[in-house]
Amino acid sequence: MSPRATTPSQDFFRGVWRENPVLVQLLGLCPALAVTNTVANSLAMGIATFFVLTGSSLLVSLFKSWIPKEVRISAYILIIATFVTMADMILAAVVPDIHKALGAFIALIVVNCMILGRQEAFASKRPVGRALLDAFGTGVGFIIAMFMMGTVREVLGNGTFLDIPVLGSSFEPWIVMILPPGGFFTLGLLLLLFAWWEERKAVPVHPRHWPHGVTVTVGGDGSVGAGRTTSAGAAGRGSGGRHG
Amino acid sequence: MGELAWIFVSAMLVNNFTLVLFLGLCPFLGVSAKVGTAVRMGAANIFVLVITSLTASFLNAYVLAQAPYLRLISFIVVIASLVQIVEMAIKKLSPALFRELGIFLPLITTNCAILGLAIFQTNRGYGALEGLVFALGAGAGLTLALTLMASIRERVELSDVPAVARNMGLVLILAGTLSLAFMGFAGLFTA
Repeated sequence: MSPRATTPSQDFFRGVWRENPVLVQLLGLCPALAVTNTVANSLAMGIATFFVLTGSSLLVSLFKSWIPKEVRISAYILIIATFVTMADMILAAVVPDIHKALGAFIALIVVNCMILGRQEAFASKRPVGRALLDAFGTGVGFIIAMFMMGTVREVLGNGTFLDIPVLGSSFEPWIVMILPPGGFFTLGLLLLLFAWWEERKAVPVHPRHWPHGVTVTVGGDGSVGAGRTTSAGAAGRGSGGRHG
Repeated sequence: MGELAWIFVSAMLVNNFTLVLFLGLCPFLGVSAKVGTAVRMGAANIFVLVITSLTASFLNAYVLAQAPYLRLISFIVVIASLVQIVEMAIKKLSPALFRELGIFLPLITTNCAILGLAIFQTNRGYGALEGLVFALGAGAGLTLALTLMASIRERVELSDVPAVARNMGLVLILAGTLSLAFMGFAGLFTA
């Protein structure tokens, strides 16, 4: 079975945006929700995961012909756990404060399904260079997602960005955003935003696909107009009217 | 006794694994569409958590004292293999139980709730008995969260949701609301 041919740039950019591990594939949600309460924590976690992913992909791709098929998952997990232990020790030595804030979640990078998924789906079948490109792309995609989550949560929840006040002293922080519910809300709203964006681009061709809240009126001259409701979601999706 | 009760309630409600600590989100989002499945998933989770807790206590007490840097690797390997063995044993001894829980076991093994339990237990220095109570509390909390989520999603299934929200976005916002409710339990122990 030969894998589908892709160009090197496709291998890299696929993970960055179109198949973003967190925002599109919903992998690696535990760290994306748990440690994104500040930008610094998010970036540290993103970079640590990037390191583990790249290192694991490199080794898995190098050793792919020596790893027996039956025990491949265990072998991948051992390789990943080795890199996570390294990341844990490096973070503890270089940025002890952040290491303390991230706590057990550094060790939990081992069970980030995004990393194992890339080994199983990509690194174990492709040459080293491509496996590295794929790991870079997916890792960058993960860092981008973490950065977005961290920015939204820290700016709204604390009024700061990397501990620098950005919203002025009159801003009352939304404490809930840095608490656990804020993680769910932020990711949920980001996903809704992307779904809305995707749907805006796609022009619905059948009235059944036209969104709620859009009332379609067919004028005497056959023109189709759309009345929009005031809610943001429905208003954006009023592109149903543009079709007519 | 009071200490153990505290560990149980804390793991189940105040520091609920799923809704407050974000552990075990994959099954929480993936297997929470139907109440029946959710309950069985929760039961399978309790089962694996208890095995994990006992294993971690044993490893910490007898094996890892000299080599703490091997903790992560040995936890994963030992827990995964032990669950595999237990799975085979159940399949052989009780096919009925296997049909109820078996399909979930391999899914659960590399779940962050399982490894998270082992790591938290180690970091907090729990002994075997405290660890066991911690595992039961965490398992009960996971089951509670899964069941609540599944009940809500069954309702949502029947309601008129805008097409754009018929994806994980809505589920995550629902989870956020549940999580908000669980934040209320934090007040239980301030006194």
